[in-house]
Amino acid sequence: MIEIKELTKRYGKKTVVEDVSVNIEPGTITSFIGPNGAGKSTLLSMVSRLLNADTGEVLLDKNNVKKWKSNDLAKRVSILRQSNFINVRLTIRELVAFGRYPYSKGRLTAEDEQFVDQALEYMNLIDMQNQFLDELSGGQKQRAFIAMVIAQDTDYILLDEPLNNLDMKHSVQIMKILRKLVNELGRTVVIVLHDINFASVYSDRIVAMKDGKLVKNGTTNEIINSDTLREIYDMNIPIQEQNGCRICVYFNSHT
Amino acid sequence: MKLWILIITTIILSFISLFIGAIDISISDLFDWNSDEAQIFIISRVPRLLAIILAGAGMSIAGLIMQALSRNKFVSPTTAGTLDAAKLGILISMLFITNVTYTQQIIFSFAFALLGTFIFMQILDRIKFKDAIFVPLIGIMYGNILSSITTFFAYEADLIQNISAWLMGSFTLIISGRYELLYVSIPAIVLAYLYANKFTVAGMGEEFAKNLGLSYKVILNLGLFLVAIISTTVVLTVGVIPFLGLIVPNIVSIYLGDNLRKIIPHTMLLGVVFLLICDIIGRVIIHPYEIPVNVTVAVIGSAIFLIMLLRGRAYAK
Repeated sequence: MIEIKELTKRYGKKTVVEDVSVNIEPGTITSFIGPNGAGKSTLLSMVSRLLNADTGEVLLDKNNVKKWKSNDLAKRVSILRQSNFINVRLTIRELVAFGRYPYSKGRLTAEDEQFVDQALEYMNLIDMQNQFLDELSGGQKQRAFIAMVIAQDTDYILLDEPLNNLDMKHSVQIMKILRKLVNELGRTVVIVLHDINFASVYSDRIVAMKDGKLVKNGTTNEIINSDTLREIYDMNIPIQEQNGCRICVYFNSHT
Repeated sequence: MKLWILIITTIILSFISLFIGAIDISISDLFDWNSDEAQIFIISRVPRLLAIILAGAGMSIAGLIMQALSRNKFVSPTTAGTLDAAKLGILISMLFITNVTYTQQIIFSFAFALLGTFIFMQILDRIKFKDAIFVPLIGIMYGNILSSITTFFAYEADLIQNISAWLMGSFTLIISGRYELLYVSIPAIVLAYLYANKFTVAGMGEEFAKNLGLSYKVILNLGLFLVAIISTTVVLTVGVIPFLGLIVPNIVSIYLGDNLRKIIPHTMLLGVVFLLICDIIGRVIIHPYEIPVNVTVAVIGSAIFLIMLLRGRAYAK
């Protein structure tokens, strides 16, 4: 289990994340939602050790992540940030193989190759595995990076706005895959999302933030209701149920 | 391009390189060990060939490492101030140490090359606008500042002639006893190959490297260290060879990608082939005289570089 304890991060005088404590339940999708500047991405970066917190700590299996050896931690927690920025000319297969780096340092064993094959197959990338990343569309690229994280074989997968720049079809595709990763492979996914409807439909738990503070943390049903959403977004957001999914209809709401 | 084509081309060009020059040497001459021809062959031709191979391979690998670590296709020892810093180092050693020894020059030049490249990477870290063309422009300006400092003090101390000699990359003066420093770049290249995967991971950015449990700073510093070693040995023995570290890795990247483990052998060999061709042209074109290799490299290299700039904006961004 990942326990976030009283994390605070300041840049100069501005407090970006203030005193946030959350437990990440294993075997779930947990979404971080909130308006721009709520501190979601900063919180995720601190959980994944990309960023050091000013105060507070993150515990993985009761041990502070700072005390973990970085190589051991890389076998337990992976993080993917705005990956479309990467312009290195690697083939999809080469990229996915680097997911095995914490295990093999790049000298792939037969077992590593098997993990790579499985990850490619899982993401439906076998046919295009020898294409270069810079020849791919945004959606294909995102799938390639998720395949890498699958090959990395970590219990926890942290994703920072993976649906950015993706169209509806690819967004749904990615979210379905994440759901499968949790349901079939027992992984734990923590994801920063902008679209609350994706959060509502696909996540088990939601962590809602605003101005660096935790507003509410609970199951999806506890968060996705008009009262709580007003607290988070200062908007009147009616909820409609559709096939058991709660859809937030915020497009013409009065603030 | 297949690796074996490059290997065969290298062998053929090496053979040509051994047998052209002001004095004709035939294979039969080599059987008479005491003949002038055999002596010239051993003292001049073989060292020259070895120097070309080591400098060509070394500079290409140095460029490759810098491009990976700076995440910019147009950064190389010539476009990041490395070579200018190395020259400044040599000058400082000459200014401050009377009767400076070769070893002292090496140490100063190495320290300055390392520091100069490190400063460039720090500048790169701080600028927000990381355009493919903008970054090397900054590097070139930075290199020119270092270079003008060097020229100023060299002028004051009457060392201008010396300075221009290092500027002039040339294999004309390479004879046995004057190129052996280049062997130092062999372990540097071997290390680059052993750490190839780490450089590739580091080349995808600090966050990406951290995610895979790699200590980014260590790899970055190791890379700069290797670049400084290679650049120093080349500047001190051959002089400045422009464009080599810039165009060779780019050409390989176009057809093989950026996975260092895979492309290092190709990059090395293509660097050797390119430098051999330039040197052979320089030796043939006004035979029995020679054009320094930096001139032929600059002419051919700048043409290739221009083509890359014009058609390459799409892939280099």
